[in-house]
Amino acid sequence: MNKHIPFRFYKISFLIDKRSLITITSLTLISIVLMIVSLGIGQMQISPIEVVKALFNSSGDMENLVVQSFRMPRILLAVLAGAALALSGAILQGIIRNPLASPDIIGITGGAALTTVIFLAVFSDRSNTLTLSIHWLPLASFIGAIALGFIVYFLSWKNGGITPIRLVLIGVGIAMAVQAVTTMIMILGPIYTASRANIWLTGSLNGTNWNEIISITPWILGMIFILFIYVRRLNIQELGQDLSINAGGFVQKDRFTLLLLSSALAGGAVAFAGGIGFVGLMAPHIARRLVGSAFGSLLPASALIGGIIVLIADLIARTVFMPLEVPAGVFTSAIGAPYFIYLLYRSRNQ
Amino acid sequence: MLKHHTFKISGIFLGIIIVVLLMWSSVVLGLTKVSTQDVINSLFSFDGSNQHIIIQDTRIPRALIAAAAGASLAIAGAVMQGLTHNPLASPSIFGINAGASFFVVLGVTFFGVTSLEGFTWLAFTGAAIAAIIVYVLGSMGRDGLTPIKITLAGAAMAALFSSLTQGMLTLNERSLDQVLFWLAGSIQGRDLDLLIGLLPYLLVGWLLSLLIGKHMNVLAMGEDVAKGLGQRTILIKIFGALIVVLLAGGTVAIAGPIGFIGIVIPHVARWFVGIDYRWVIPYSGLLGAMLLLMADIGARYVIAPQEAPVGVVTALIGVPFFIYIARRGIHE
Repeated sequence: MNKHIPFRFYKISFLIDKRSLITITSLTLISIVLMIVSLGIGQMQISPIEVVKALFNSSGDMENLVVQSFRMPRILLAVLAGAALALSGAILQGIIRNPLASPDIIGITGGAALTTVIFLAVFSDRSNTLTLSIHWLPLASFIGAIALGFIVYFLSWKNGGITPIRLVLIGVGIAMAVQAVTTMIMILGPIYTASRANIWLTGSLNGTNWNEIISITPWILGMIFILFIYVRRLNIQELGQDLSINAGGFVQKDRFTLLLLSSALAGGAVAFAGGIGFVGLMAPHIARRLVGSAFGSLLPASALIGGIIVLIADLIARTVFMPLEVPAGVFTSAIGAPYFIYLLYRSRNQ
Repeated sequence: MLKHHTFKISGIFLGIIIVVLLMWSSVVLGLTKVSTQDVINSLFSFDGSNQHIIIQDTRIPRALIAAAAGASLAIAGAVMQGLTHNPLASPSIFGINAGASFFVVLGVTFFGVTSLEGFTWLAFTGAAIAAIIVYVLGSMGRDGLTPIKITLAGAAMAALFSSLTQGMLTLNERSLDQVLFWLAGSIQGRDLDLLIGLLPYLLVGWLLSLLIGKHMNVLAMGEDVAKGLGQRTILIKIFGALIVVLLAGGTVAIAGPIGFIGIVIPHVARWFVGIDYRWVIPYSGLLGAMLLLMADIGARYVIAPQEAPVGVVTALIGVPFFIYIARRGIHE
């Protein structure tokens, strides 16, 4: 019996391992169960069965309102943002061929944060309301993320190519510069904006509404679609420069496109959920443990795991310190940074 | 490069003169114009006028703090680069500034620390803990301390500390406004008492750094050679770490995390005097003081009439330099 199921559709082509298919299906189920449980937890406790009922009717009672208008958008955003960050990280780890790469370490999320803060500062009037539709916000952070991706890429270019180490080092440096400018813009703005921006920068899903979901979903789904066209090229990237040239890959060109995709995904997530740290680092690692490193199954698994991580972090963030809210990003970093250190420890002899 | 000893010594004197001149400009320049005569009058015949108060309470402390903080950060950077053989080493890259900030904010938020003494010790503790963690992480493994490992460890610790710091700040909105400016690194509006309280620690750090230069030259030949020559390398490393903690931690307590001085200046100093740490360290101190004084004067004009935090200015100066070093390659 064949172990793999090939998937071919026009330009999209990858292999799915049968075992991975089971893993991915169970991850999907876990996500759905978690979403339902999470929908029920909060200041108003609702049992899972009631949640499901509340989701599918429109009676307009209290439970219905809480689930459909308050908690649902927030939870959807958690899943979408987590998935986008995880995919962004998976791509980066593929191109850089370093398990330590992630959009936050090399500053892509920082770039998105900068343009978002600029957007909020420029298009706010005195009463702190936006003068421009919020639907433009993802565009702003998308531009920031991509611009940063570009800058880091070109500065790392030397002798006709980029090397992973140079990319990481330069990313770290640029990330610090961008952070400095972001802080400055926050300081120049009014106090209210500063505290809003600070919460947002740390990564928070508080106060999400359907409007935001409507503007983020096409972005992320669109990117995911393009990404699946590139899966086969990502697989080649992982072979390393020489081998992938021999295998007929356009190494540098693909690296560039993939970096762009990775930035776009991170930018979309940052636009609405803020800088939720270390998801892009952790999720692909956990996924690799579960399904191996072929991108056909690694990408969906990463996306699901990323969604689950952010979902759990957000659940903790809004319940543990009730009625206070802590940004979800604090929890992902609190778990993610030690994990990063563990990875560093494990790769100590390489 | 200055080859002859006489040149190097005269360079030191020239450096001191430039630092004094820059401190003078720092007192005189700014939104409120102050004339030389006013400064002399305020020192010797203080009359309580607005201008005299500005000079005594704002401008002079600011100039002194800029010089002290700049020198300390640059020396800390030089010592770190020497000890780790890493041209990218500096307090900000290694997360030492972030660690010190984290502890200060922790103290302010949860333990209501407001005293200067408290701030200082919190900053020292944070700097020390971050330094130890990053050093241990960076030197794990068979090939020991490699630049890439220690830089990544530093970036991870910095990310961890700063996200925890931000988390605490979101829980306590009122302290955010006070702390935010400090977090960006600023030497504006700091009390002279702050500097006087810290001066003993900084002085110890400066003195130790001048004494350690000779030993660092030996250590720079490689750990094995140094051991073979009879050096107790562990001792030198401990003293080096002490210097870094005193100087970087102390600076964070006064001025918040000001980045990139520690990375840029030692390279400039080496360009002047070569690789001899007996000269690199004093030159770093002088050049660091100059850079921070200039950045601070610049910060008053970049977005006038408001002031930019000086940490932003140093970051903008420092990053191109960082990129240059990273591109040139770190395997020296």
